Amino acid sequence: MTEAVQAVPSRTAAVRLAGVSKMFGTGGAALLALDKVSLDVAPGEFVCLLGASGCGKSTLLNLVADLEAPSAGTIDLGGARVALMFQEPALFPWLNVTANLELALKMRGVPRGRRRARAAELLDSVHLGDFAGKRPHQLSGGMRQRVALARALALTVDETGGGRPTVLLMDEPFGALDAMTRDLLHDEIERIWRERGLTVLFVTHNVREAVRLGDRVVLLSSRPGRVVQEFPVPMERPRRIDSPEVATLAASITDRLREEVGRHGA
Amino acid sequence: MAHDTRTEPDPGAAPEPSGRDARLDRELAGLDALELAAGTRRNPLARVWSVVWPMLTAVLIAVAAWQVVVWSGWKESWVLPGPAETLPVLWDQITRPRFWESLALTMRRAVIGFAVATVVGVLIGAVVSQSRVLRRAFGSLITGLQTMPSIAWFPLAILLFQLSESAILFVVVLGAAPSIANGLIAGVDYTPPILLRAGKVMGLRGVNLYRHLIMPASLPSFVAGLKQGWAFAWRSLMAGELLVIIGDTTSLGVLLSQARELSNTADMISYMIVILIIGIVIDQLFGLVDRAIRVRWGLDAR
Repeated sequence: MTEAVQAVPSRTAAVRLAGVSKMFGTGGAALLALDKVSLDVAPGEFVCLLGASGCGKSTLLNLVADLEAPSAGTIDLGGARVALMFQEPALFPWLNVTANLELALKMRGVPRGRRRARAAELLDSVHLGDFAGKRPHQLSGGMRQRVALARALALTVDETGGGRPTVLLMDEPFGALDAMTRDLLHDEIERIWRERGLTVLFVTHNVREAVRLGDRVVLLSSRPGRVVQEFPVPMERPRRIDSPEVATLAASITDRLREEVGRHGA
Repeated sequence: MAHDTRTEPDPGAAPEPSGRDARLDRELAGLDALELAAGTRRNPLARVWSVVWPMLTAVLIAVAAWQVVVWSGWKESWVLPGPAETLPVLWDQITRPRFWESLALTMRRAVIGFAVATVVGVLIGAVVSQSRVLRRAFGSLITGLQTMPSIAWFPLAILLFQLSESAILFVVVLGAAPSIANGLIAGVDYTPPILLRAGKVMGLRGVNLYRHLIMPASLPSFVAGLKQGWAFAWRSLMAGELLVIIGDTTSLGVLLSQARELSNTADMISYMIVILIIGIVIDQLFGLVDRAIRVRWGLDAR
């Protein structure tokens, strides 16, 4: 499951983007955010999208999540649903932690009688079993983000019939956390990904984070966003973000990224 | 540690996955405990006192200022009696059945008027908040109605409904409904976009979107609208009771205008104090609801 399946043109991809472009506005003020991005993500693969500001990383996730429509190209999820996690926890403040998860489960067709137990399971899986009755504001930033992760996991449940698979999209989910908390959450997301066999598309601007987590790191250029280069990450898991191997690969990716950024200053 | 006699596994060997997970559990729990360091709770009596003493001080300052004006000899004491003469009159008034009957009529009008205004405000707010175009079209009109002094409606109300309960109700509803509608519209407008995105990814659409996201998200703004609507309803009602005097009914407004006709200034000021107190008490009730929501949602920095 952890081996990176290289993009081969066959229907084995969980997510397939083919020539996807996104244009904002029209006429002279039009901005090309994404330019012919093609990308295959294999089932069970952990892919990190990396880029500087303005590379359209978040736009790309919005397109995959069907929150926006592409201007050109196709996005094929093979009938899979998506769960999306943001930099902010975006929990509903009027609901306690359990009720937040129960709402997500309800929307995935879990019958009322089983929601409480499923929510408790999910909370346990992010180590927050003792905080079921708390409201989001009573938790720390890292804990809220774990509840958001549990909610995203709740959306990977599908009991509406058909049992469709789910792709987990993460939009800089740990960007607002301190380094200590972030390192722990890296371990946490890796464990959950491994246990559940999830397909993850993870957006970040932190090069080491991308190398720490990804089976593959996809580097995007900025304005417009294009795939510049893909870096398979060969190191064995579990990796440490401060290990020399991670640092070495991160350094070479950073050099490539700087080269890209530098083109905009010329 | 180095002198531990138990046989430890070779520290150089890769830890087993289960051991790693257990360590992760422990570290997360430790971090959670550190980040949730308990805040200190104050004694409830001390909290009530911290709210009450500034209010009492403000009342004392107001009464003292009133007394100072009386002492200055600016007006004869039968025109402007001081607190020492007025407060016994106030006590005398509130121990009479006629006062309580008047108060009951006034409060019944207030409650009915406010209830009708809430229904009307919610209906209008719900319809207008449906689309951006409607919000643009009617938003400024509703805000305009809100700034219109309610007393300006009375000539029309009296033409339409003569001197009747309906005339008063009409003006009270027109006074309060725009604020309530505006509160609801603002609440719908300011539903945080990030929550809307989260809701859409969850699959919230149509009725579910309103029920689980937009309605709860607009609650604080709606309560603020109710609070302001109450203030307008109460003002309109007092204006109405002074202008629209129906047969031999007695209300607070009627008592107030009779006291003026008889030049009983002490009575008049007593009624004014009652009107002020009712306004403050109900405003505080809305304030309590508002604070309860804020605390529940963590909108207050504590």
